[in-house]
Amino acid sequence: MSEFKDMSESSSASGKLDGASSVVIINYGAGNIKSIQFAFKRLGVDAVLSNNPEVIKAADKVIFPGVGEASSAMKMLKETGLDTLIPRLKQPVLGICLGMQLLCLSSEEGNTKGLGVFQTEVKRFSNDVKVPQMGWNVIKDLKSDLFKGIKENEYMYLVHSYYAEHCNETIAKTDYGLNYASALQHNNFYGVQFHPEKSGIQGQKILENFLKL
Amino acid sequence: MLTKRIVPCLDIKNGRTVKGVNFVDLRDAGDPVELAKQYAEQGADELVFLDISATLEGRGTTLEMVLRVAEQVNIPFTVGGGISSVEHVDALLQCGADKVSINSSAVKRPELVNELSNKFGSQCVVVAIDAKQVDGQWKVHLAGGSIPTEIDLFEWAKEVEQRGAGEILFTSMNHDGTKNGFANEALSKLSETLNIPIIASGGAGNVQHFIDTFVEGKSDAALAASVFHFGEIPIPELKKELKQNNIEVRL
Repeated sequence: MSEFKDMSESSSASGKLDGASSVVIINYGAGNIKSIQFAFKRLGVDAVLSNNPEVIKAADKVIFPGVGEASSAMKMLKETGLDTLIPRLKQPVLGICLGMQLLCLSSEEGNTKGLGVFQTEVKRFSNDVKVPQMGWNVIKDLKSDLFKGIKENEYMYLVHSYYAEHCNETIAKTDYGLNYASALQHNNFYGVQFHPEKSGIQGQKILENFLKL
Repeated sequence: MLTKRIVPCLDIKNGRTVKGVNFVDLRDAGDPVELAKQYAEQGADELVFLDISATLEGRGTTLEMVLRVAEQVNIPFTVGGGISSVEHVDALLQCGADKVSINSSAVKRPELVNELSNKFGSQCVVVAIDAKQVDGQWKVHLAGGSIPTEIDLFEWAKEVEQRGAGEILFTSMNHDGTKNGFANEALSKLSETLNIPIIASGGAGNVQHFIDTFVEGKSDAALAASVFHFGEIPIPELKKELKQNNIEVRL
């Protein structure tokens, strides 16, 4: 079982392909990040898993993943010093799912503070809808180069119990009992609530767009 | 709007698909990865792999299979069958599985549901329940439905929700294999009692059965095996018909 882990982590020494940008996936012990790495592999890019600040800082593109519970994920970020490193990154950063939520001001999940990049708060869905939201829902009002070539009301795969409230950094909206921010952008920071790595060809296109930013 | 999901289920033994599959254009119908890719292209919303390997070696092969599926398939998938420990789940998730489903092991040791949801999050914990209606009472059955218990389906479902399950996969043994439709009465009661998604399983025979389970059964997803494997119901046509019946699906 552990050999699988080792295999992927050594899949590339530098993460660079000919002429392609280097991608680092921040590895802080939060859930299933293999799928993201595989999604980049399908795009011909060897993404590196790392929690080393120097490696992260040197990358052309950074992926901030996350699956699991917000307050324990924040705890892990603090223990490794990544909580201060991440908000200072200058290259394009893409937070996915919990990664996006942790970039917000705070989360009701475990009542934790976030990294404060996105000026919005993360709240729990009410029990008027089934929680977690699990499955394919549409994204609309798309406003970013991240969604170049993606049509309005495209389906994306989502699994989450908490959502980010709208703010002027909202670049995609989704309805689930209420209308919330399914993607956010602040300068070089991007966040998506859905899983582009699991959202078929359209999701793949979003990752491709991110690589071109 | 969140769509209803169509979920093909593949039985896996020693890393290979076992039930006969009648797909054209497949180089190797026994290769779960080839099948999974084909289903993803047809518009399946997610996949379930049920490991029926009896040996430890067989299960090891499944782990390798999970890794290959994760590498090549860009839709979510669940792995179930014989999972009874946190370590086993960790290994499956590390290999790229999105969710795991547990069944008998949860009945034998309900704390497992808490342990898994605490460690990995509710979103990846599916509790599968096989139940049979006897004298009007739905009773949970174990070991692939072969061992009856006195546990009530609805009480058990409520309990696993409280323990942190993120989803319920309910198979009616009265309907499984009959191709006469899903257990919509029980499914709708589950959906009303619980606040987590419910996957309907057992009984799919035609398109109307899917319409019925989404409307009458209030199911969030519908799982089937043979009708998909043998091409009896092609997924693109199924979804088109669901859409025509005002059921929200991803097209």
